[in-house]
Amino acid sequence: MRHGKWPLIITFLVPPVLLYVVFVVSPYLQAFQISTTDWLGYSPDANSVGLANFKTLWHDGYFWNALQNNAVLLALVPVLTIVLGLFFATMLAMGGRKGRAGVTGVRGGAFYRTVYFFPQVLSVVIIALLWKEVYHPNKGLLTATLHGIGLSAPTWLGDPATAFWCVLAVMVWSNVGFYVVLFGAAMSAVPKEIYEAVLLDGASRFTTLRRVTLPLLWDTVQVAWVYLAIFALDGFILVQLMTNGGPNFSTDVIGVRMYDTAFGSETKFGYASAIGVVMFFLTLSVAVLSLRVGRRDRIEYS
Amino acid sequence: MTTLDKPAPAATAPTPATRRDRPIRRDLGVANVFSHGFLLIWGLLTVLPLLWMFISSFKTNGEILADPWGLPGALHWDNWARAWTGAHIGRYFLNSLLVVAGSVSLTMLMGATAAYVFARYEFRGRQFVYYLFVGGLMFPVFLALVPLFFVVRNAGLFGTWTGLILVYAAYSLPFTVFFLTAFFRTLPTSVAEAAMVDGCGHFRLFFRVMLPMARPGLISVAIFNFLTHWNQFLLPQVLMQGDESKWVLAQGLFALSVSQGYAGDYARLFAGLSIAVLPVLAVYVVFQRQVQSGLTAGQLK
Repeated sequence: MRHGKWPLIITFLVPPVLLYVVFVVSPYLQAFQISTTDWLGYSPDANSVGLANFKTLWHDGYFWNALQNNAVLLALVPVLTIVLGLFFATMLAMGGRKGRAGVTGVRGGAFYRTVYFFPQVLSVVIIALLWKEVYHPNKGLLTATLHGIGLSAPTWLGDPATAFWCVLAVMVWSNVGFYVVLFGAAMSAVPKEIYEAVLLDGASRFTTLRRVTLPLLWDTVQVAWVYLAIFALDGFILVQLMTNGGPNFSTDVIGVRMYDTAFGSETKFGYASAIGVVMFFLTLSVAVLSLRVGRRDRIEYS
Repeated sequence: MTTLDKPAPAATAPTPATRRDRPIRRDLGVANVFSHGFLLIWGLLTVLPLLWMFISSFKTNGEILADPWGLPGALHWDNWARAWTGAHIGRYFLNSLLVVAGSVSLTMLMGATAAYVFARYEFRGRQFVYYLFVGGLMFPVFLALVPLFFVVRNAGLFGTWTGLILVYAAYSLPFTVFFLTAFFRTLPTSVAEAAMVDGCGHFRLFFRVMLPMARPGLISVAIFNFLTHWNQFLLPQVLMQGDESKWVLAQGLFALSVSQGYAGDYARLFAGLSIAVLPVLAVYVVFQRQVQSGLTAGQLK
């Protein structure tokens, strides 16, 4: 009976493998090769230049500036998102009101979870364009609010001093809801008695979060960390649509550098691929590093 | 107007979670006011920009400029009409729908068949092929962008929906295969063995027995893929340059935002964004639980 399995394996496996090899594996392999050439795009001439692209990259001030912005994003976006996510997830799990119709608090919980998740189902394009309007210096929601209460408003995305932080805020805004739901799901897997015991012992919310929730959710937090780190190293669409790296390169990220190098005014495909390769190794090492570092002090429970 | 303010559908949804959350909420004190305060603030932060977008889509440009917080004097549906036909958002919407219908179907077909083989059949090189797929999860699409542009162009698929569908499907395979392989492995083998004993062939077994059994997993991944494909921007921007009539929604919205800078037609942009947001939010609110579990399942490996 088993001899009949080959027709199925072949029909089921060959089309996906072909598709995958042609459109995914081969471009990735080519990227490494192209990164060692001086290929300028539409002409077929490409000379191998060894690691010259990477040397140029090392002395490229714009690249370092973008890298620095990514580093700041990497340092702040995961921390802020995870802290806010844990905070709200804890509130939803344990922050119900007592007495007078406890149901209202509970119903609110599910409602909040629904609403918080909204940004996750919206396309990054929509988020970027919407926030660009919210930050609009004349008719934007933020400026109008500040003017409404008699304060003066900065020009948000128009000012090199504030633009970067505005973009960072949108990154956190768009991610928090997802992690509230993710952490909420992980928390509901933790036995409720643990929380009840801790709360009966009179532990404060913050202590509970730090001493109980965080250790118990460590695996989930670690995964969240890796995903957010990868997200922070990217950030291309948000930045390209909101500021395109400006003003004065204050919001530039590596992704925008690479895109402009490849598909901007000049098509330096070799150089752009070199940026891509650097990005790949950065992403890989950040992912591996955060898994390694996290694993060391992971707390086992079952 | 009020019908579009849209907390309404969400308010009906919460009931399922109600019972589960109740027991812990007894012995808590004053902090509740704070917790509700914080929760409310974040809720407002999430909803206000969207609400503002919907409301502004009904205002005149003059009203938007004069009073960003104000309500529209009358419902200016003409903004929506200008976005739908004038800015071709309607056409882009249908284009997106076509592309995503094709790409999700293809992803699911290829992903499910490959995953089934990985989960259920032993053969030499299986591990290697499996890890080839799953390894794709580690790579940023960015790295492939330049060569991919040429692969698609050389295949004669540049600027075509077929090309976009194939590329979407190819880049969704790692996650789909990973998720569905795990899912097929959890299905009991006894049913399959019984069917085989009854003389059911390998193909029939897959389509008649295994695929229906895997439905919950298939739905989760399908929703996940639908959202990622629908929201895709980078790939169409690189692979669909040129012929505007074939653009997808994300490109159309971007163009609308760029042209708004010259034309000063803010209301049209808000209407265009609303057109893009409404159906996705509606689908989300209806399939809330599946969407949330589908999207979070990807992280809770």
